[in-house]
Amino acid sequence: MNLDNDKIILEEIEKEDAFDPANRENKVQDEIYERGIFYNLLMSLKENKLAIICLIILIIIIIASLLAPLSPYDPDAMDLRSKLLLPNKEHFFGTDNLGRDYFTRALYGGRVSLTVGFFSMLVSVIVGTIYGTISGYIGGTIDNLMMRAVDIFMSVPSFLLIIIINSFLSPSMFTMVVIIGMFSWMGVARIVRAETMSLKERDFVLAAKNMGAGNMEIMLIHIIPNMIPSIIVAASISIARAILTESSLSFLGFGVKLPMSSWGSMLQNAQSQIMDVPTLALFPGALILLTVLSFNVLGDVLRNALEPKMVK
Amino acid sequence: MRRYIVKRILQMIPVIILVSIFSFMIIHFAPGDPINMYIRQDMTQQEIDELRVDLGLDGTIAEQYLAWLSNICRGNWGNSLINHQPVAKQIFEKLPATLLLMGTSFVLSILMSIPLGLVSGMRKNKAADQFISIFAYIGISIPAFWLALMLIIIFSLNLHWLPSNGMRTVGSNSVLDILWHLILPGIVLSVGNTAVFTRYIRSNTITQLEEEYVLTAKAKGVSKRRIMTGHVLKNCLLPIITIAGMNLASLVTGSFIIESVFGWPGMGTLGMSAINSRDYPMIMGFTMLSCVILIIGNFIADLLYGVADPRIKQEVKKIHES
Repeated sequence: MNLDNDKIILEEIEKEDAFDPANRENKVQDEIYERGIFYNLLMSLKENKLAIICLIILIIIIIASLLAPLSPYDPDAMDLRSKLLLPNKEHFFGTDNLGRDYFTRALYGGRVSLTVGFFSMLVSVIVGTIYGTISGYIGGTIDNLMMRAVDIFMSVPSFLLIIIINSFLSPSMFTMVVIIGMFSWMGVARIVRAETMSLKERDFVLAAKNMGAGNMEIMLIHIIPNMIPSIIVAASISIARAILTESSLSFLGFGVKLPMSSWGSMLQNAQSQIMDVPTLALFPGALILLTVLSFNVLGDVLRNALEPKMVK
Repeated sequence: MRRYIVKRILQMIPVIILVSIFSFMIIHFAPGDPINMYIRQDMTQQEIDELRVDLGLDGTIAEQYLAWLSNICRGNWGNSLINHQPVAKQIFEKLPATLLLMGTSFVLSILMSIPLGLVSGMRKNKAADQFISIFAYIGISIPAFWLALMLIIIFSLNLHWLPSNGMRTVGSNSVLDILWHLILPGIVLSVGNTAVFTRYIRSNTITQLEEEYVLTAKAKGVSKRRIMTGHVLKNCLLPIITIAGMNLASLVTGSFIIESVFGWPGMGTLGMSAINSRDYPMIMGFTMLSCVILIIGNFIADLLYGVADPRIKQEVKKIHES
């Protein structure tokens, strides 16, 4: 293990060449690390108008979903006298075919969609980080095998398998989170592995190793914390994907079961009413689009902040 | 090169087997015995047992799997539990419609993303680029089924310009009629890939324009148009082959969803109804075929990339020589 490391270091020294553009890039990156990577991320968010708009949209949607119980309407209270109303003063989004207030339902649907999105992201980020760190840190044949397994996972029609699993096990929010998470950790694992491979050669890790730190300690204290910015980027994109997957599943009828409903299952119900009340289909989808778009934009802006080459 | 191809084909086999074991286990560990689909009221226990043997539903799950595998290898995909027709026949009847939809949307995304990506990359951070970039963001974030619903509301229900359901008008058999029905689903399915390709072409164009060979060409007084068409274009478009291969999964998945919205009579519609009715031989056949399509697509993308970029071939050679 140590011998291998020394060999790699020697090779690195041989490769060291001031005229190599790759080395110049590293210097830029070092300077940015010194200024504090989180400061950098915040600054790049501040500079980007689109990012600020997206952040505001997300905050509004998240707070509104959290405050859903404050709505004067019960999301499941039927009122057949006022069914299929168009948006008006009392019902911002109108009412559905059973006379339920659509705005309140959209807020509660947002709770389901955002919760599933958030926890699926958490599962995929945790699994991906552990897998990627171990693979990148150990290296060699095991790393090769572990990455082959990732390739296999990536070449599988995962959405189809998720549908099959969901149709055979009756899905709850918990199983949805686990299943979506288990089929989406591979991207995170690849990013984390690449970062680990470069971090484990850096001076502070070698110093820690020479001072007698164990492998676990190095991974947990020195490597993972230094990858947090990249992990945040991956998490942002991962939430966006998970929300899209959840809504597609619910739209096809393989999502959370009634009486619970998410934005996707609201769209499934709205499908039969698009002739009479097209706004029923408009609002939940627009909310999905705004949420997913915001997470994607934020993830991208943050990534650009991490890669100085792309910004300039 | 031939050794590389053989090696890649051998690598595909374990993937396909793993997927088949996985889907087989999900289906067979699910509550409920598939034999119930066949049992009639008047059957004796002996008849049921015979039927079990006939259908390959006896024995442990491993034995059942091996029996299924040997049947599949001999081209016998089993019969649907619902209409008792051979699975393979039904799936392959529906395959052309799905391939037509996927192919159309793929060509559409390539045709749209190349100009969009190049313009966006050449006019980096100008108004045109920002406009295209926002569209690309929307393209990757929009739920395809919602876009489908919105387009149906606008173009079918209100304007009555385009049909919203099926592949043909009843009684019509012309190619034009099929193309007419293909417009909405084709466009909806192409939006996601168009956005992804546009973003890749844009970032490729930006990196290529920063390369030293562009500077050299500029210094020699080569016109901007010449630099673009002669040098940058080819280098920008090459990686699209790989990205396209990697995005095939989204095309396959997307086509299932889009088919069910538009009632397109393809594999997706067939698969969804099979899943809803727990028609397990159909589900297995359908899953395996999707998996094979995906893997072969990835493989072709890799090969094409090797043909298009000789450096890859060199690397492959090096790997084999070492």
